[in-house]
Amino acid sequence: MVEALSIAETRDMFRAVAADIVAAKDELTKADQQIGDGDHGIGMARGFEAVETKLAGDESDTLDALLKVIGMALLSSIGGAAGAIFGTLFRAGAKPLMGWDSFDSMALATILAEGFKAIQARGGAKPGDKTLLDALGPASEAAAAAAPEATLLDTLMAAAAAARVGTEETKDMIATTGKARSLGERSIGYPDPGAMSTTFILEAMERFVRARG
Amino acid sequence: MPSVKKVVNDPKNVVTEMIDGMVLASNGIMERLGDLNAIVRPSIADDKVALLIGGGSGHEPMFHGFVGENLADGAPCGNFFAAPAPDLVYEVTKALDRGNGVLYLYNNYAGDNMNFDIAMEMSEDDGIDVRTVRIFDDVAAVPPDRMHDRRGIAGDVFIIKVSGGACSTLKSIDECVRVTEKARDWTRSMGVAVSAGSIPETGEPTFMLGDDEIEIGMGAHGEPGVRRSKMMTADEITDTMMETILAEDVFEKGDEVALLLNGLGATTMMEMLIVNRRLRPILADRGISVYRTEVGPYLTCQEMQGFSITLMKLDHELKVYLDMPCESIGYTRK
Repeated sequence: MVEALSIAETRDMFRAVAADIVAAKDELTKADQQIGDGDHGIGMARGFEAVETKLAGDESDTLDALLKVIGMALLSSIGGAAGAIFGTLFRAGAKPLMGWDSFDSMALATILAEGFKAIQARGGAKPGDKTLLDALGPASEAAAAAAPEATLLDTLMAAAAAARVGTEETKDMIATTGKARSLGERSIGYPDPGAMSTTFILEAMERFVRARG
Repeated sequence: MPSVKKVVNDPKNVVTEMIDGMVLASNGIMERLGDLNAIVRPSIADDKVALLIGGGSGHEPMFHGFVGENLADGAPCGNFFAAPAPDLVYEVTKALDRGNGVLYLYNNYAGDNMNFDIAMEMSEDDGIDVRTVRIFDDVAAVPPDRMHDRRGIAGDVFIIKVSGGACSTLKSIDECVRVTEKARDWTRSMGVAVSAGSIPETGEPTFMLGDDEIEIGMGAHGEPGVRRSKMMTADEITDTMMETILAEDVFEKGDEVALLLNGLGATTMMEMLIVNRRLRPILADRGISVYRTEVGPYLTCQEMQGFSITLMKLDHELKVYLDMPCESIGYTRK
Protein backbone atom coordinates (compact mmCIF):
# COMPACT_ATOMS: atom_id res chain seq x y z
CA MET A 1 0.00 0.00 0.00
CA VAL A 2 1.39 3.38 -1.01
CA GLU A 3 2.42 5.67 1.84
CA ALA A 4 3.41 8.66 -0.26
CA LEU A 5 3.21 9.85 -3.86
CA SER A 6 6.19 11.36 -5.62
CA ILE A 7 5.74 14.86 -7.01
CA ALA A 8 5.31 13.39 -10.51
CA GLU A 9 2.60 11.04 -9.21
CA THR A 10 0.97 13.91 -7.31
CA ARG A 11 0.88 15.89 -10.54
CA ASP A 12 -0.81 12.93 -12.26
CA MET A 13 -3.30 12.73 -9.40
CA PHE A 14 -4.33 16.36 -9.85
CA ARG A 15 -4.59 15.85 -13.62
CA ALA A 16 -7.00 13.01 -12.86
CA VAL A 17 -8.90 15.32 -10.48
CA ALA A 18 -9.06 17.91 -13.28
CA ALA A 19 -10.55 15.38 -15.70
CA ASP A 20 -13.17 14.31 -13.15
CA ILE A 21 -14.24 17.87 -12.34
CA VAL A 22 -14.54 18.71 -16.05
CA ALA A 23 -16.71 15.59 -16.40
CA ALA A 24 -18.92 16.79 -13.51
CA LYS A 25 -19.61 20.14 -15.23
CA ASP A 26 -23.29 19.52 -15.97
CA GLU A 27 -24.06 18.01 -12.57
CA LEU A 28 -22.52 21.01 -10.77
CA THR A 29 -24.25 23.49 -13.05
CA LYS A 30 -27.63 21.86 -12.48
CA ALA A 31 -27.08 22.05 -8.72
CA ASP A 32 -26.25 25.76 -9.00
CA GLN A 33 -29.37 26.44 -11.07
CA GLN A 34 -31.41 25.43 -8.02
CA ILE A 35 -29.99 28.03 -5.64
CA GLY A 36 -27.40 30.19 -7.44
CA ASP A 37 -26.87 31.72 -10.84
CA GLY A 38 -26.35 28.44 -12.64
CA ASP A 39 -22.71 28.72 -13.65
CA HIS A 40 -20.74 26.81 -11.00
CA GLY A 41 -20.00 23.79 -13.21
CA ILE A 42 -18.99 26.02 -16.11
CA GLY A 43 -16.52 27.93 -13.93
CA MET A 44 -15.09 24.80 -12.30
CA ALA A 45 -14.67 23.09 -15.67
CA ARG A 46 -12.96 26.20 -17.07
CA GLY A 47 -10.65 26.25 -14.02
CA PHE A 48 -9.68 22.60 -14.14
CA GLU A 49 -9.16 22.73 -17.90
CA ALA A 50 -6.63 25.47 -17.12
CA VAL A 51 -5.10 23.25 -14.42
CA GLU A 52 -4.71 20.41 -16.94
CA THR A 53 -3.06 22.77 -19.45
CA LYS A 54 -0.62 24.05 -16.82
CA LEU A 55 0.18 20.62 -15.38
CA ALA A 56 0.76 19.07 -18.80
CA GLY A 57 3.92 21.18 -19.14
CA ASP A 58 4.73 21.51 -15.45
CA GLU A 59 8.11 20.55 -14.03
CA SER A 60 7.64 21.47 -10.36
CA ASP A 61 9.83 19.34 -8.12
CA THR A 62 8.37 20.32 -4.78
CA LEU A 63 4.85 20.05 -3.40
CA ASP A 64 4.52 23.76 -2.64
CA ALA A 65 5.52 24.70 -6.21
CA LEU A 66 2.94 22.26 -7.60
CA LEU A 67 0.19 23.54 -5.32
CA LYS A 68 0.94 27.15 -6.33
CA VAL A 69 0.68 26.27 -10.03
CA ILE A 70 -2.73 24.66 -9.45
CA GLY A 71 -3.93 27.52 -7.20
CA MET A 72 -2.91 30.25 -9.63
CA ALA A 73 -4.49 28.42 -12.58
CA LEU A 74 -7.81 28.22 -10.71
CA LEU A 75 -7.61 31.80 -9.41
CA SER A 76 -6.89 33.29 -12.85
CA SER A 77 -9.32 31.27 -14.91
CA ILE A 78 -12.50 30.67 -12.87
CA GLY A 79 -13.14 34.16 -11.56
CA GLY A 80 -16.09 34.79 -9.27
CA ALA A 81 -16.31 33.41 -5.75
CA ALA A 82 -15.30 29.92 -6.87
CA GLY A 83 -11.99 31.14 -8.35
CA ALA A 84 -10.99 32.98 -5.19
CA ILE A 85 -12.06 30.10 -2.96
CA PHE A 86 -10.61 27.10 -4.81
CA GLY A 87 -7.50 29.11 -5.73
CA THR A 88 -7.04 29.88 -2.03
CA LEU A 89 -7.58 26.22 -1.08
CA PHE A 90 -4.55 25.12 -3.09
CA ARG A 91 -2.35 28.17 -2.45
CA ALA A 92 -2.82 28.24 1.32
CA GLY A 93 -1.22 24.82 1.87
CA ALA A 94 1.90 25.73 -0.10
CA LYS A 95 3.65 27.75 2.60
CA PRO A 96 3.75 25.12 5.40
CA LEU A 97 4.69 22.44 2.84
CA MET A 98 7.63 24.42 1.48
CA GLY A 99 10.26 22.09 0.03
CA TRP A 100 8.29 18.83 0.54
CA ASP A 101 9.16 16.30 -2.15
CA SER A 102 6.23 13.92 -1.66
CA PHE A 103 2.51 13.87 -0.89
CA ASP A 104 1.39 11.79 2.09
CA SER A 105 -1.42 11.71 4.66
CA MET A 106 0.14 14.55 6.67
CA ALA A 107 0.44 16.72 3.55
CA LEU A 108 -3.24 16.12 2.80
CA ALA A 109 -4.24 17.05 6.35
CA THR A 110 -2.09 20.19 6.16
CA ILE A 111 -3.59 21.34 2.83
CA LEU A 112 -7.16 20.87 4.08
CA ALA A 113 -6.52 22.58 7.42
CA GLU A 114 -4.66 25.56 5.95
CA GLY A 115 -7.20 25.87 3.13
CA PHE A 116 -10.08 25.88 5.60
CA LYS A 117 -8.49 28.67 7.65
CA ALA A 118 -7.52 30.77 4.64
CA ILE A 119 -10.93 30.53 2.93
CA GLN A 120 -12.67 31.53 6.14
CA ALA A 121 -10.39 34.57 6.44
CA ARG A 122 -10.88 35.51 2.76
CA GLY A 123 -14.64 35.14 2.45
CA GLY A 124 -15.87 35.79 5.96
CA ALA A 125 -18.21 32.78 5.89
CA LYS A 126 -18.32 30.35 8.79
CA PRO A 127 -19.41 26.73 9.20
CA GLY A 128 -23.19 26.40 8.92
CA ASP A 129 -23.51 29.15 6.30
CA LYS A 130 -24.17 26.57 3.54
CA THR A 131 -20.83 26.91 1.76
CA LEU A 132 -17.96 24.61 0.83
CA LEU A 133 -16.65 25.14 4.37
CA ASP A 134 -19.36 22.73 5.51
CA ALA A 135 -17.66 19.98 3.46
CA LEU A 136 -14.07 21.17 3.88
CA GLY A 137 -14.29 21.59 7.68
CA PRO A 138 -15.40 17.99 8.41
CA ALA A 139 -12.98 16.68 5.76
CA SER A 140 -10.14 18.57 7.38
CA GLU A 141 -11.04 17.26 10.85
CA ALA A 142 -11.30 13.68 9.58
CA ALA A 143 -7.96 13.93 7.79
CA ALA A 144 -6.26 15.44 10.84
CA ALA A 145 -7.57 12.61 13.03
CA ALA A 146 -6.58 9.84 10.59
CA ALA A 147 -3.31 11.18 9.16
CA PRO A 148 -0.81 10.32 11.94
CA GLU A 149 -1.68 6.58 11.90
CA ALA A 150 -3.47 5.87 8.62
CA THR A 151 -2.25 5.32 5.07
CA LEU A 152 -2.76 8.01 2.44
CA LEU A 153 -5.67 6.03 0.98
CA ASP A 154 -7.39 5.58 4.34
CA THR A 155 -6.91 9.27 5.14
CA LEU A 156 -8.39 10.25 1.77
CA MET A 157 -11.32 7.87 2.32
CA ALA A 158 -12.01 9.41 5.72
CA ALA A 159 -11.79 12.96 4.33
CA ALA A 160 -14.00 12.22 1.31
CA ALA A 161 -16.59 10.43 3.46
CA ALA A 162 -16.73 13.37 5.88
CA ALA A 163 -17.07 15.81 2.96
CA ARG A 164 -19.96 13.72 1.57
CA VAL A 165 -21.78 13.84 4.91
CA GLY A 166 -21.05 17.57 5.21
CA THR A 167 -22.41 18.22 1.73
CA GLU A 168 -25.56 16.24 2.53
CA GLU A 169 -26.00 18.36 5.66
CA THR A 170 -25.86 21.59 3.65
CA LYS A 171 -29.30 20.60 2.30
CA ASP A 172 -30.79 21.48 5.69
CA MET A 173 -28.96 24.81 5.95
CA ILE A 174 -30.14 28.29 5.01
CA ALA A 175 -27.74 30.16 2.74
CA THR A 176 -26.45 33.38 4.33
CA THR A 177 -23.72 34.28 1.87
CA GLY A 178 -23.13 34.30 -1.90
CA LYS A 179 -25.81 34.65 -4.54
CA ALA A 180 -28.01 32.07 -2.77
CA ARG A 181 -28.44 34.19 0.36
CA SER A 182 -31.50 36.08 -0.90
CA LEU A 183 -33.34 32.75 -1.05
CA GLY A 184 -33.42 32.44 2.72
CA GLU A 185 -35.48 29.41 3.68
CA ARG A 186 -36.08 28.57 0.03
CA SER A 187 -32.45 27.38 -0.13
CA ILE A 188 -33.35 24.47 2.16
CA GLY A 189 -33.45 21.09 0.41
CA TYR A 190 -30.60 21.79 -2.02
CA PRO A 191 -26.92 20.99 -1.42
CA ASP A 192 -24.31 23.72 -1.76
CA PRO A 193 -22.58 23.36 -5.16
CA GLY A 194 -19.19 24.42 -3.72
CA ALA A 195 -19.45 21.69 -1.08
CA MET A 196 -20.25 19.22 -3.88
CA SER A 197 -17.12 20.31 -5.78
CA THR A 198 -14.98 19.92 -2.67
CA THR A 199 -16.29 16.38 -2.23
CA PHE A 200 -15.72 15.56 -5.90
CA ILE A 201 -12.07 16.72 -5.64
CA LEU A 202 -11.43 14.48 -2.61
CA GLU A 203 -13.24 11.53 -4.21
CA ALA A 204 -11.16 11.89 -7.38
CA MET A 205 -7.96 11.92 -5.31
CA GLU A 206 -9.16 8.81 -3.46
CA ARG A 207 -9.89 7.01 -6.75
CA PHE A 208 -6.43 7.83 -8.11
CA VAL A 209 -4.62 6.59 -5.01
CA ARG A 210 -6.77 3.43 -4.84
CA ALA A 211 -5.96 2.61 -8.50
CA ARG A 212 -2.30 3.31 -7.85
CA GLY A 213 -2.40 0.48 -5.26
CA MET B 1 -35.72 22.83 -19.76
CA PRO B 2 -36.24 24.55 -23.10
CA SER B 3 -33.08 25.76 -24.83
CA VAL B 4 -32.93 29.51 -25.52
CA LYS B 5 -31.89 30.83 -28.91
CA LYS B 6 -28.96 33.27 -28.87
CA VAL B 7 -26.93 35.04 -31.55
CA VAL B 8 -23.47 33.80 -30.54
CA ASN B 9 -20.56 31.83 -31.99
CA ASP B 10 -18.65 29.48 -29.65
CA PRO B 11 -20.23 30.26 -26.25
CA LYS B 12 -16.76 30.08 -24.68
CA ASN B 13 -15.77 33.19 -26.68
CA VAL B 14 -18.71 35.47 -25.88
CA VAL B 15 -16.77 37.78 -23.54
CA THR B 16 -13.77 38.43 -25.79
CA GLU B 17 -15.95 38.82 -28.89
CA MET B 18 -18.28 41.18 -27.02
CA ILE B 19 -15.26 43.32 -26.02
CA ASP B 20 -14.06 43.52 -29.63
CA GLY B 21 -17.50 44.70 -30.68
CA MET B 22 -17.86 47.18 -27.83
CA VAL B 23 -14.51 48.84 -28.58
CA LEU B 24 -15.48 49.16 -32.25
CA ALA B 25 -18.83 50.66 -31.27
CA SER B 26 -17.32 53.20 -28.88
CA ASN B 27 -16.21 55.82 -31.42
CA GLY B 28 -12.72 55.87 -29.90
CA ILE B 29 -13.86 56.34 -26.29
CA MET B 30 -12.28 53.08 -25.13
CA GLU B 31 -9.72 50.48 -26.09
CA ARG B 32 -8.78 46.96 -25.06
CA LEU B 33 -5.89 46.70 -22.59
CA GLY B 34 -3.31 44.62 -24.49
CA ASP B 35 -4.84 41.24 -25.24
CA LEU B 36 -6.66 41.09 -21.90
CA ASN B 37 -10.40 41.00 -21.31
CA ALA B 38 -10.30 44.57 -20.05
CA ILE B 39 -11.30 47.99 -21.31
CA VAL B 40 -9.53 51.29 -20.61
CA ARG B 41 -9.71 54.90 -21.75
CA PRO B 42 -7.02 55.72 -24.34
CA SER B 43 -5.65 58.59 -22.25
CA ILE B 44 -5.91 59.47 -18.59
CA ALA B 45 -4.75 62.79 -17.09
CA ASP B 46 -1.48 62.69 -15.16
CA ASP B 47 -2.69 63.45 -11.65
CA LYS B 48 -6.14 61.91 -11.93
CA VAL B 49 -7.66 59.71 -9.24
CA ALA B 50 -8.48 56.65 -11.38
CA LEU B 51 -11.92 55.04 -11.20
CA LEU B 52 -11.91 51.27 -11.80
CA ILE B 53 -15.28 49.54 -12.09
CA GLY B 54 -16.03 45.96 -12.92
CA GLY B 55 -17.81 42.70 -12.44
CA GLY B 56 -18.97 39.75 -14.44
CA SER B 57 -19.79 40.11 -18.11
CA GLY B 58 -23.25 39.47 -19.51
CA HIS B 59 -24.88 42.59 -18.00
CA GLU B 60 -24.00 44.94 -20.88
CA PRO B 61 -23.78 47.85 -21.06
CA MET B 62 -22.85 47.53 -17.33
CA PHE B 63 -19.92 47.63 -16.36
CA HIS B 64 -17.38 48.08 -19.15
CA GLY B 65 -19.85 50.21 -21.16
CA PHE B 66 -19.45 52.90 -18.49
CA VAL B 67 -15.81 53.57 -19.34
CA GLY B 68 -15.54 57.10 -20.74
CA GLU B 69 -14.71 60.70 -19.93
CA ASN B 70 -16.13 61.80 -16.54
CA LEU B 71 -17.14 58.19 -15.92
CA ALA B 72 -14.86 55.20 -15.24
CA ASP B 73 -11.27 55.02 -16.50
CA GLY B 74 -11.16 51.27 -16.93
CA ALA B 75 -12.91 47.98 -16.31
CA PRO B 76 -11.68 44.39 -16.04
CA CYS B 77 -14.34 42.20 -17.67
CA GLY B 78 -15.04 39.01 -15.75
CA ASN B 79 -16.22 35.83 -17.38
CA PHE B 80 -19.93 35.43 -17.91
CA PHE B 81 -21.68 36.35 -14.61
CA ALA B 82 -18.40 35.78 -12.72
CA ALA B 83 -16.26 38.37 -10.96
CA PRO B 84 -12.98 39.21 -12.74
CA ALA B 85 -9.93 37.27 -11.56
CA PRO B 86 -7.47 39.11 -9.27
CA ASP B 87 -4.56 39.15 -11.74
CA LEU B 88 -6.80 40.80 -14.36
CA VAL B 89 -7.98 43.49 -11.89
CA TYR B 90 -4.34 44.02 -10.89
CA GLU B 91 -3.24 44.57 -14.51
CA VAL B 92 -5.99 47.17 -15.03
CA THR B 93 -5.05 48.84 -11.73
CA LYS B 94 -1.43 49.24 -12.89
CA ALA B 95 -2.58 50.58 -16.26
CA LEU B 96 -4.87 53.22 -14.68
CA ASP B 97 -2.70 54.43 -11.80
CA ARG B 98 -1.34 57.95 -12.28
CA GLY B 99 0.22 58.13 -8.82
CA ASN B 100 -2.91 59.56 -7.22
CA GLY B 101 -4.62 56.30 -6.33
CA VAL B 102 -7.19 53.96 -7.83
CA LEU B 103 -10.78 53.71 -6.56
CA TYR B 104 -12.44 50.29 -6.96
CA LEU B 105 -16.22 50.61 -7.34
CA TYR B 106 -18.18 47.37 -7.72
CA ASN B 107 -21.23 45.45 -6.63
CA ASN B 108 -21.31 43.70 -3.27
CA TYR B 109 -21.15 39.99 -4.10
CA ALA B 110 -18.95 37.42 -2.34
CA GLY B 111 -17.03 36.66 -5.54
CA ASP B 112 -16.37 40.29 -6.42
CA ASN B 113 -15.37 41.14 -2.86
CA MET B 114 -12.79 38.34 -2.66
CA ASN B 115 -11.27 38.85 -6.13
CA PHE B 116 -11.03 42.65 -5.83
CA ASP B 117 -9.58 42.30 -2.32
CA ILE B 118 -6.83 39.98 -3.59
CA ALA B 119 -6.13 42.44 -6.44
CA MET B 120 -5.96 45.29 -3.93
CA GLU B 121 -3.36 43.38 -1.90
CA MET B 122 -1.32 42.71 -5.06
CA SER B 123 -1.52 46.42 -6.03
CA GLU B 124 -0.60 47.65 -2.55
CA ASP B 125 2.54 45.51 -2.75
CA ASP B 126 3.46 47.75 -5.71
CA GLY B 127 2.82 50.87 -3.66
CA ILE B 128 -0.46 51.80 -5.39
CA ASP B 129 -3.05 53.49 -3.14
CA VAL B 130 -6.23 51.46 -3.73
CA ARG B 131 -9.58 52.25 -2.06
CA THR B 132 -12.80 50.27 -2.27
CA VAL B 133 -16.46 51.28 -2.34
CA ARG B 134 -18.93 48.41 -2.60
CA ILE B 135 -22.43 49.07 -3.93
CA PHE B 136 -25.38 47.57 -2.03
CA ASP B 137 -28.53 49.31 -3.26
CA ASP B 138 -30.92 46.32 -3.47
CA VAL B 139 -33.46 46.61 -0.65
CA ALA B 140 -35.32 43.42 -1.54
CA ALA B 141 -33.58 40.58 0.18
CA VAL B 142 -32.05 41.98 3.35
CA PRO B 143 -33.29 44.33 6.11
CA PRO B 144 -31.55 47.70 6.71
CA ASP B 145 -29.72 46.50 9.84
CA ARG B 146 -27.70 44.18 7.59
CA MET B 147 -27.04 46.80 4.90
CA HIS B 148 -23.61 45.37 4.13
CA ASP B 149 -25.18 42.02 3.18
CA ARG B 150 -27.26 43.67 0.46
CA ARG B 151 -26.30 43.13 -3.16
CA GLY B 152 -25.65 45.76 -5.80
CA ILE B 153 -27.99 46.19 -8.78
CA ALA B 154 -28.93 49.03 -11.15
CA GLY B 155 -28.15 51.80 -8.66
CA ASP B 156 -24.68 51.36 -10.20
CA VAL B 157 -25.69 53.74 -12.98
CA PHE B 158 -26.10 56.84 -10.82
CA ILE B 159 -23.31 55.88 -8.40
CA ILE B 160 -20.79 55.38 -11.21
CA LYS B 161 -21.97 58.66 -12.81
CA VAL B 162 -21.44 60.62 -9.59
CA SER B 163 -18.18 58.87 -8.74
CA GLY B 164 -16.87 59.41 -12.26
CA GLY B 165 -17.60 63.11 -12.02
CA ALA B 166 -15.95 63.34 -8.62
CA CYS B 167 -12.85 61.42 -9.75
CA SER B 168 -12.49 63.80 -12.73
CA THR B 169 -12.79 66.87 -10.52
CA LEU B 170 -11.30 66.19 -7.08
CA LYS B 171 -7.58 65.58 -6.66
CA SER B 172 -7.82 63.78 -3.31
CA ILE B 173 -8.78 60.11 -3.30
CA ASP B 174 -10.21 60.58 0.20
CA GLU B 175 -12.64 63.15 -1.20
CA CYS B 176 -13.50 60.85 -4.13
CA VAL B 177 -14.28 58.06 -1.67
CA ARG B 178 -16.42 60.39 0.47
CA VAL B 179 -18.57 61.52 -2.48
CA THR B 180 -18.88 57.98 -3.86
CA GLU B 181 -19.94 56.62 -0.47
CA LYS B 182 -22.53 59.37 -0.12
CA ALA B 183 -23.96 58.49 -3.53
CA ARG B 184 -23.98 54.81 -2.54
CA ASP B 185 -25.55 55.42 0.87
CA TRP B 186 -28.35 57.55 -0.64
CA THR B 187 -29.32 55.04 -3.33
CA ARG B 188 -31.98 52.30 -3.09
CA SER B 189 -33.28 49.88 -5.72
CA MET B 190 -35.61 46.95 -6.13
CA GLY B 191 -36.26 44.59 -9.03
CA VAL B 192 -38.84 42.11 -10.27
CA ALA B 193 -38.75 39.49 -13.01
CA VAL B 194 -41.42 37.68 -14.97
CA SER B 195 -39.15 35.42 -17.03
CA ALA B 196 -35.55 34.26 -16.85
CA GLY B 197 -32.41 35.15 -18.76
CA SER B 198 -30.15 32.35 -19.92
CA ILE B 199 -26.45 31.50 -19.89
CA PRO B 200 -24.79 31.10 -23.32
CA GLU B 201 -22.84 27.96 -22.42
CA THR B 202 -25.86 26.01 -21.21
CA GLY B 203 -28.52 27.68 -23.33
CA GLU B 204 -30.80 27.21 -20.36
CA PRO B 205 -32.74 29.74 -18.31
CA THR B 206 -31.23 30.41 -14.89
CA PHE B 207 -34.55 29.76 -13.18
CA MET B 208 -38.07 28.61 -14.01
CA LEU B 209 -41.10 30.74 -13.36
CA GLY B 210 -44.67 29.72 -14.09
CA ASP B 211 -46.50 31.49 -16.93
CA ASP B 212 -48.69 33.27 -14.39
CA GLU B 213 -45.98 34.07 -11.83
CA ILE B 214 -43.74 37.02 -10.94
CA GLU B 215 -40.58 36.94 -8.82
CA ILE B 216 -40.36 39.88 -6.41
CA GLY B 217 -36.86 41.03 -5.52
CA MET B 218 -35.10 39.28 -8.39
CA GLY B 219 -31.33 39.68 -8.48
CA ALA B 220 -29.34 40.90 -11.46
CA HIS B 221 -28.03 37.42 -12.31
CA GLY B 222 -31.35 35.63 -12.20
CA GLU B 223 -30.55 34.39 -8.74
CA PRO B 224 -33.95 33.90 -7.19
CA GLY B 225 -35.62 36.79 -5.41
CA VAL B 226 -37.43 36.83 -2.11
CA ARG B 227 -41.00 35.93 -2.97
CA ARG B 228 -43.09 34.57 -5.78
CA SER B 229 -46.63 35.60 -6.42
CA LYS B 230 -49.29 35.38 -9.08
CA MET B 231 -48.80 37.79 -11.94
CA MET B 232 -49.98 41.30 -11.16
CA THR B 233 -50.86 44.42 -13.15
CA ALA B 234 -48.24 47.13 -13.77
CA ASP B 235 -49.88 49.33 -11.15
CA GLU B 236 -49.92 46.57 -8.52
CA ILE B 237 -46.26 45.73 -9.22
CA THR B 238 -45.28 49.40 -8.97
CA ASP B 239 -47.17 49.86 -5.71
CA THR B 240 -45.49 46.79 -4.17
CA MET B 241 -42.01 47.93 -5.18
CA MET B 242 -42.47 51.55 -4.11
CA GLU B 243 -43.85 50.50 -0.74
CA THR B 244 -40.65 48.56 -0.04
CA ILE B 245 -38.27 51.23 -1.36
CA LEU B 246 -39.96 54.14 0.41
CA ALA B 247 -39.95 52.27 3.71
CA GLU B 248 -36.19 52.94 3.77
CA ASP B 249 -35.16 55.60 6.30
CA VAL B 250 -33.10 57.53 3.76
CA PHE B 251 -36.07 59.16 1.99
CA GLU B 252 -37.97 62.06 3.57
CA LYS B 253 -40.58 64.60 2.60
CA GLY B 254 -38.96 67.43 0.66
CA ASP B 255 -36.24 65.26 -0.87
CA GLU B 256 -35.18 65.51 -4.47
CA VAL B 257 -34.24 62.25 -6.17
CA ALA B 258 -32.84 60.89 -9.40
CA LEU B 259 -35.10 58.13 -10.71
CA LEU B 260 -33.96 55.18 -12.81
CA LEU B 261 -36.17 52.55 -14.42
CA ASN B 262 -33.79 49.83 -15.55
CA GLY B 263 -34.86 47.12 -17.96
CA LEU B 264 -33.28 43.70 -17.39
CA GLY B 265 -33.13 42.87 -21.08
CA ALA B 266 -36.48 41.91 -22.57
CA THR B 267 -38.93 44.22 -20.81
CA THR B 268 -40.09 46.88 -23.22
CA MET B 269 -39.81 50.64 -22.93
CA MET B 270 -43.60 50.70 -23.15
CA GLU B 271 -43.94 48.65 -19.98
CA MET B 272 -41.44 50.75 -18.04
CA LEU B 273 -43.15 53.96 -19.09
CA ILE B 274 -46.44 52.57 -17.79
CA VAL B 275 -44.68 51.91 -14.47
CA ASN B 276 -43.27 55.45 -14.48
CA ARG B 277 -46.77 56.88 -14.94
CA ARG B 278 -47.90 55.08 -11.78
CA LEU B 279 -44.92 55.77 -9.56
CA ARG B 280 -44.68 59.54 -10.05
CA PRO B 281 -47.90 60.32 -8.12
CA ILE B 282 -46.70 57.94 -5.36
CA LEU B 283 -43.53 60.02 -5.00
CA ALA B 284 -45.52 63.26 -5.19
CA ASP B 285 -47.84 62.07 -2.41
CA ARG B 286 -44.78 61.51 -0.23
CA GLY B 287 -43.49 65.01 -0.96
CA ILE B 288 -40.54 63.69 -2.99
CA SER B 289 -39.71 65.46 -6.25
CA VAL B 290 -37.88 63.96 -9.19
CA TYR B 291 -34.85 65.94 -10.36
CA ARG B 292 -33.98 63.65 -13.25
CA THR B 293 -35.42 60.49 -14.84
CA GLU B 294 -33.67 57.75 -16.84
CA VAL B 295 -35.49 54.85 -18.48
CA GLY B 296 -33.69 52.08 -20.35
CA PRO B 297 -31.62 48.91 -20.25
CA TYR B 298 -28.45 49.79 -18.30
CA LEU B 299 -27.78 46.68 -16.23
CA THR B 300 -29.22 43.68 -18.03
CA CYS B 301 -29.46 39.98 -17.37
CA GLN B 302 -29.51 38.70 -20.93
CA GLU B 303 -33.10 38.19 -22.12
CA MET B 304 -34.61 38.37 -18.65
CA GLN B 305 -38.01 40.01 -18.58
CA GLY B 306 -38.16 42.32 -15.63
CA PHE B 307 -37.06 45.71 -14.41
CA SER B 308 -35.91 47.58 -11.36
CA ILE B 309 -36.66 50.95 -9.80
CA THR B 310 -33.80 53.03 -8.34
CA LEU B 311 -34.02 56.24 -6.32
CA MET B 312 -30.94 58.27 -5.42
CA LYS B 313 -31.44 61.11 -2.97
CA LEU B 314 -29.66 64.27 -4.14
CA ASP B 315 -28.03 67.30 -2.60
CA HIS B 316 -26.22 70.11 -4.40
CA GLU B 317 -22.93 68.20 -4.54
CA LEU B 318 -24.41 65.04 -6.02
CA LYS B 319 -26.38 67.08 -8.57
CA VAL B 320 -23.18 68.74 -9.79
CA TYR B 321 -21.54 65.38 -10.52
CA LEU B 322 -24.75 63.83 -11.86
CA ASP B 323 -25.11 66.73 -14.32
CA MET B 324 -21.53 66.72 -15.62
CA PRO B 325 -21.32 65.95 -19.33
CA CYS B 326 -20.13 62.46 -20.18
CA GLU B 327 -20.06 60.05 -23.08
CA SER B 328 -19.93 56.27 -23.08
CA ILE B 329 -21.63 53.22 -24.55
CA GLY B 330 -23.80 52.91 -21.44
CA TYR B 331 -24.56 56.49 -20.50
CA THR B 332 -24.22 59.83 -22.26
CA ARG B 333 -25.11 63.33 -21.04
CA LYS B 334 -24.70 66.59 -22.89
